[in-house]
Amino acid sequence: MKKFLSLILTLALVLSLAAVASAEETGSVYYLNFKPEADQAWQDLAKVYTEQTGVEVKVVTAASGTYSDTLNSQMGNADSAPTIFNIGNASGITDWDDYALDLTDTAVFGERINDDYVLCNAEGTPKALGYCYESFGIIVNTALLEQAGHSLDEITNFDSLKAVADDIHARAGELGFDAFSAPGMDGSSSWRYSGHLANVPLYYEYKDKGLNVGSLPAEIEGTYLDNFRKIWDLYITDTAADPTSLSTGTGDQSEAEFGEGKAVFYQNGDWEYANLTGNFGMDPANLAMIPIYCGVDGEENAGLNSGTENCWAINSQAAPEDIQASEDFLYWVVTSEEGTNMLAEQFSGIPFKNAKPSINVFGADASEYAAAGKYTLFWAFNDTPNVDSWRATVVTALTAYSADPTDGNWDKVVEAFVDGWAYEYSVVNG
Amino acid sequence: MQKKRRVDSAHVSSQLIRRPIQKCFAIFLLPTFICFCIGFLWPFIQGIYLSFCNFNIPKDAKWVGLSNYAKAFKDASFVHAFWNTAAFAVISIVLINVLAFAIAYALTQKMRGSNIFRTVFFMPNLIGGVVLGYIWSMIFDAILKRYGTYLTANATYGFWGLVILVAWQQIGYMMIIYIAGLQSISDEMIEAARIDGASGSQVLFRVVIPNVMPSITICTFLTLTNSFKMFDQNMALTGGMPSVMMNGAKVNMTELLALNIYSTYNINKNWHGVAQAKAVLFFILVAALAIGQLVATRSKEVQQ
Repeated sequence: MKKFLSLILTLALVLSLAAVASAEETGSVYYLNFKPEADQAWQDLAKVYTEQTGVEVKVVTAASGTYSDTLNSQMGNADSAPTIFNIGNASGITDWDDYALDLTDTAVFGERINDDYVLCNAEGTPKALGYCYESFGIIVNTALLEQAGHSLDEITNFDSLKAVADDIHARAGELGFDAFSAPGMDGSSSWRYSGHLANVPLYYEYKDKGLNVGSLPAEIEGTYLDNFRKIWDLYITDTAADPTSLSTGTGDQSEAEFGEGKAVFYQNGDWEYANLTGNFGMDPANLAMIPIYCGVDGEENAGLNSGTENCWAINSQAAPEDIQASEDFLYWVVTSEEGTNMLAEQFSGIPFKNAKPSINVFGADASEYAAAGKYTLFWAFNDTPNVDSWRATVVTALTAYSADPTDGNWDKVVEAFVDGWAYEYSVVNG
Repeated sequence: MQKKRRVDSAHVSSQLIRRPIQKCFAIFLLPTFICFCIGFLWPFIQGIYLSFCNFNIPKDAKWVGLSNYAKAFKDASFVHAFWNTAAFAVISIVLINVLAFAIAYALTQKMRGSNIFRTVFFMPNLIGGVVLGYIWSMIFDAILKRYGTYLTANATYGFWGLVILVAWQQIGYMMIIYIAGLQSISDEMIEAARIDGASGSQVLFRVVIPNVMPSITICTFLTLTNSFKMFDQNMALTGGMPSVMMNGAKVNMTELLALNIYSTYNINKNWHGVAQAKAVLFFILVAALAIGQLVATRSKEVQQ
């Protein structure tokens, strides 16, 4: 027994030494992936790369919602630290600046089409590079819209959107479907409003003040919150859901309502494409995404809300050969046939020179709006200080307002929005 | 049966067997001790060290002295969570122990089906806290919906919802401990009290309760520490909501201490150390309360 044990231990020792020795020669890549839905595609792509080059690529995907915990524990251990990881926003740059390589001279950085999706640190050094951008807006079931006697061309601003939605809602009984799918306020759904919808008033305020994503203002004024109220009132009025039951409405319910053809409009992003066409079997030809109109002057020229939280950063504290291997891998992903195909299949907007057109119709809508000269609403909400906490306050106020839409309750929403921002900013920087 | 067991224990305590065991006790103790060091002692010491540091990941920790503690004390949400937790602990300790004892007392009277009832009352304890939290949030919301409101509409609903949930979960467990205590009281003693002319309530308060003091000690200890350490249920039921702005600061109305520490950690890297400092303060608080309570109730126990 003892001999057997010592044999096993010796073997383990020799093997681990061998593993260390072989890894040191070529360098290897460890990519800690942020997007669970793209996990399989990354795994497959990694295999192809290893077959072609012999460089080992390990892809691990953190479970949904646990990325920062996973990254923290993985970085803590030098042997298991990822060489490529995700940084989502300015707050992520604050946390990981010491670990993010200056990307200026990397080959992959040279492949970007513009600086819109680059995250820089306080000194202006590019530290993370967006590899896909996403767009959100109001997803429309155009078949139902036509069945109700309307068409997309009618909808060009808030008033025309409201007219169409009000008409559908009024005839919901006879049509068999309603205008908007339920704006649930459960944690699985509320981010669509406290995050995405809130981006609309934030964007217009940023635009007036000449701010940009990453400006991280200490205070906001809430100049466009009346517009936020307009569109929110529309969501909670022209829907089949009972406003007092919104506090527990989930994202799945809302998605199913739209997917099963019980609602014409559904506010969400292009990442829904796979689910709607796959799980719900919707015909891509019947899907379109339109801007979120809320009655701002000139919004006839608005496009979709586009931005990203998916940015690659390279671990600057990894071994030099691993850093090199990681740079090579990323360059291959954005330039090779296999890599660009995979990006086009998985993501909607790909900001690289060699990008192939995405199969995602919502992504195509976003490009079309941009090509037609409409302005894109950038993701100002990436700047939200202490984001989960700020959103919780907005959700609390917004849920209370939905159950009882009075001016007094709206003032609480404004307070959560404006005072909450200043407060969270002081917490984060305190 | 009784006799055989006595023979066995005599064997074990004989010198012949005890001496070799005593000699190599370290071998028996070592695996558990190593696990204890790795899983508890070392993280605990490291945790105390980190509470004096600013860090994103532990290996980059930079010493900052007491500033994390200063920040923790200045944090209004921490103080609010403390008072929430204190109120919650007092209410749930009383409620759980009184109800658990009452049920145990009822189920040790000779009645039909008492075993079934014991099983049924114990079962909620087998369900995990997160699951319970979600299930109860659905139950509460379904009920409150009839009145045009919902669980996170105000702090009162969330607070009492948590009390109900925890009572439902823990009463069965405490009941089992009380039943064991009640069963150890000999029938002769109660019969003697009856013959001496004691009334029903006199038997309860003068004979039964003094004799189950050990169970009361255990149960109050468990309910006290459980209420202070409450996390899963709190997170799953309300997640600290409603969150409101109050006097220029933001307060999570139904947040207890453990959840407050958790959300502090998630603010950004400058708060990791503060969360750690809060956790150390939290440990000192819970340990002090638990020891104080043990001393207080132990002194009331009677020798049987």
